[in-house]
Amino acid sequence: MKTVTIAPVRKTLTVKAAPARAFEVFTSGMSRWWPPTHSILKSPFKEAVIEPRAGGRWYHVGEDGSTCETGLVRVWDPPGRLVLVWQLGPDWEYDKDLDTEVELKFIPEGDGTRVEFEHRHIERMGEGAEKARAAVDAPGGWTAILEEFRKSVEGA
Amino acid sequence: MRRSVFERLMDGPQPVGRIALGLPVSRPAVSQHLKVLKEAGLVTDRAEGTRRVYCIDPHGLAAVRRYLDQFWTEALDAFVAEVEKDDKGGSPK
Repeated sequence: MKTVTIAPVRKTLTVKAAPARAFEVFTSGMSRWWPPTHSILKSPFKEAVIEPRAGGRWYHVGEDGSTCETGLVRVWDPPGRLVLVWQLGPDWEYDKDLDTEVELKFIPEGDGTRVEFEHRHIERMGEGAEKARAAVDAPGGWTAILEEFRKSVEGA
Repeated sequence: MRRSVFERLMDGPQPVGRIALGLPVSRPAVSQHLKVLKEAGLVTDRAEGTRRVYCIDPHGLAAVRRYLDQFWTEALDAFVAEVEKDDKGGSPK
């Protein structure tokens, strides 16, 4: 069975703060650091909200009070772990059927915290992985994507 | 709907007219979706005689990944700056 996948985006950061602080700034403090240019609101960006529970909503609020969904909270486990569902497509359009995961682990390290970040299942942004499988053998199909995938895996 | 348009292209390169066949939207609407997909790097097009043929950009998903990688680099830098700013000016440990 052939399935198209794309390597997750992974980042490791170190912050000079305790895990609880880092977790809090990432979630309840998101409005203070989220790039305001990256929002699909029609009105200027005002706030990013993550409801503090599994199943909670993740959305943006504009200056005029309008809201736009970004995704959901899948795992809420402070101060160590957070998994969000990112439901914006490559064009930043919200798609309730899209399910890509953003996971953060906050690990104590010395006086600070090591943050391990991963955004995975990016391949679902182009199409369902299942549908992509059917297209792998289509003429002019997915061979090149698989090649990209192979290169990114082996280069990692 | 945009996903349906994209899925049509999985059968191979096609002109707008054929992509629109059987979809419950107008041909201009399909063209509009194709335009967005093209700007997102998922679809490419080429002229073939008088018509325009669309196909999946084999590097589209890689481009999406690169874009997200760049986005998160920027966003997480801002996050780190915010955590450390609070830590310095905020409550003592």
